[in-house]
Amino acid sequence: MKILVCISNVPDTTTKIKFAEGNAAIDTTGIQWVINPWDELSLTRALELKDDAASGVKSVTVVHVGPASSEPTIRKALAIGADDAIRVNGESADAWYVASQIAEVVKKEQFDIIMCGIESSDYNGSVVGGMVSEFLGIPSVSAVSGIKIENGQPVLTREIDGGKEVVTVPAPFVAVVQKGIAKEPRIAAMRGIMMARTKPVKLIEPLATEPLTQVVVFEKPAPRAACKYIDADNAAQLIELLQNEAKVI
Amino acid sequence: MSVLVYTENWDGKFKKLSFELVSYAAGIAKMMGSAVTAVSIGKVDETELKKLGNYGAAKIISVTSDQLASLDNQAYTSVISDIASKENSSVIVISNNNTGKAIAPRLAVRLKAGVGSGVSKLPLNLNPFTVYKRTYSGNAYAHLVIKSPVKILTLAQNSFDLVETANNATVENVNIAIDGSLLKTVVKDVQKQTGKILLTDADVVVSGGRGMKSPDNWSSLVELASLLGAATACSRPVSDEGWRPHDEHTGQTGKIIAPNLYIALGISGATQHLAGISSSKYIVAINTDKDAPIFEAAQYGIVGDAMKVLPKLVEAVKAKK
Repeated sequence: MKILVCISNVPDTTTKIKFAEGNAAIDTTGIQWVINPWDELSLTRALELKDDAASGVKSVTVVHVGPASSEPTIRKALAIGADDAIRVNGESADAWYVASQIAEVVKKEQFDIIMCGIESSDYNGSVVGGMVSEFLGIPSVSAVSGIKIENGQPVLTREIDGGKEVVTVPAPFVAVVQKGIAKEPRIAAMRGIMMARTKPVKLIEPLATEPLTQVVVFEKPAPRAACKYIDADNAAQLIELLQNEAKVI
Repeated sequence: MSVLVYTENWDGKFKKLSFELVSYAAGIAKMMGSAVTAVSIGKVDETELKKLGNYGAAKIISVTSDQLASLDNQAYTSVISDIASKENSSVIVISNNNTGKAIAPRLAVRLKAGVGSGVSKLPLNLNPFTVYKRTYSGNAYAHLVIKSPVKILTLAQNSFDLVETANNATVENVNIAIDGSLLKTVVKDVQKQTGKILLTDADVVVSGGRGMKSPDNWSSLVELASLLGAATACSRPVSDEGWRPHDEHTGQTGKIIAPNLYIALGISGATQHLAGISSSKYIVAINTDKDAPIFEAAQYGIVGDAMKVLPKLVEAVKAKK
C-alpha cells in the first residue's frame, strides 16, 4: 500500500501577518514557513502506519504544489520520515489549481491512500482534498480523526455532529484529515535531517490550469474594544453585565 | 437562475445553521433578483420543511432515500449537483462545517465552480463576484473574486443573523434512486451523544483550560454551562491530556466557533486558541495572569483563579433564574 500526503507550506502560526503590494499579497519578510499543522499530523499518522508492519504500508510520499522556495518545508517532511517527495513546480494560485495538479500526480503515480489536511492555515479553504477526490472520481472521507488498516482494509473514524462514526471505504480514496489523527507531530531527529538531504524530490512541471478564484485585497480585522475588568470578589457583576449590557444570556 | 442552499437537519429538525444559510441565500437572491431553492436530505416532515420559507426559501426540495441515511460524499454530491443543474443555480450556499467541507469541493469540481469558503458577509460585489472570507486563521480577511459562472459559498457558522422574510414556499418531495456504485462509504459503528448541545451550533460556550487544574474540577464548569444552556469546550492541552474529549477542543486545529458568548476559564489564549474563537461576538476571560493574551481578545475580564470564580458565577446565575 502506498500513501501520499499532501502538504502545504504556510507561515508559522505565531506569525504577525502583514501585507504588501497594496494589501494584495502577504509580506513575506521574516516569515518562518512550516508544514500546515493538519498536514503535519497526517504525515505523522502515515508514518506510524508504515512503522507498523501489519498495516502493509510500503511507502509514504509527500506532494507539494509550490515554487523552489518551498523546498525547506519539503525537506522537513523528508527529515520527519517521508520516503520521497514530489514538487509540482507551480504557484499555488487557488484550491482548484492545486487540487488539479495533485490529481494529475495521483493519476501518474498510483497511490492507495491520499491524505490531505482538512484546512490550510493560510487561506483556510478546506477544499483541496475533496476536489482531488472528485477530479479522480474516487471516494473521500472527510473530518477523519482516526485511520488504521485491518487485514488490508482501511478503517476510518470520522467526526459527525455530536459524535463519531467508524467507516470503511475501498482504496484508492482520499482521507481529509482533522485533529485527533495523531497526538503530536513527529519531530525530525538528527539522523532524519541528514538522510533527508539524499532523499529524492521529483520535480514535475504543472498542467496549464486557470485558477477560478483570486484574492484581490486583504484586510485586518477591526480591533476589539478594550477589556472591561470586573473584580474577582464581585463575580456576580459579570453575570449582570452579560445579561443587561451585552444581552447575551 | 436561482440561489441553491443545502440545509442540514438533526434528527428531523433543522439546525439553526440551516435558517442562517437560507437567510444568507435570500440576501444574495435579493441582490441578484432571483429566488432561493432549499434542498433537504433526510426525513423531515412538511411542517418543519415549511419553516425554511420563513427565512426566504421559495421552493423546498425534500429528498428522502434510505440510501442517504449516512453521509456518503460522492452520493450526496451527485444528488445536489443534479438538483443545482436542474434549478439552473448560479450560486450554491452550504455550511462551512464538516458536512459542507465534505460536499462543497466535490460539487465545485462537478460544476466547475470556484469556492469561497468560510464567507461571513453578503457578497461585496456581484460583478466581479466578490466575497469576504476569513484567512490566516482569523488574522486577516480577504476579498475573493470568484470568476466561474457557478459559485459555491460555504458560510461560516453564526456569522450571519437570521432574517425572517416569510415566503409561501412550495415543497417538492423527491425520491431519488442513487446509483449504487457511488455508495462506497460503509458505516460500521456510530457513537453519538444525543441531547448534547452541539459546540458549533451553540449560542453560548463555556470553555476550560489548564487553569482548571484537573479533570476532576470540571463539574462546576459543566453546571455553569447547563444553567446557561451552553455547550462545553476546552483548550488544546486539556484535550491532549485527555481531560476532555477531542471534539470539545476549540482552536486552530480544533473547532472554529463563533458563538454570541465565549467564556474562557483558565485559558491563557495562545495564538492557536484565539484563532478558533476570535469570531465570537463576546469573549469573557477569567485567568490568574493579568498579562495573558486572552484579555486582549476579551470584552469582559476577571483576573482571578477560575476555580474560585466559577462557584460565584454558578450562584449568580442561579440567583437570576
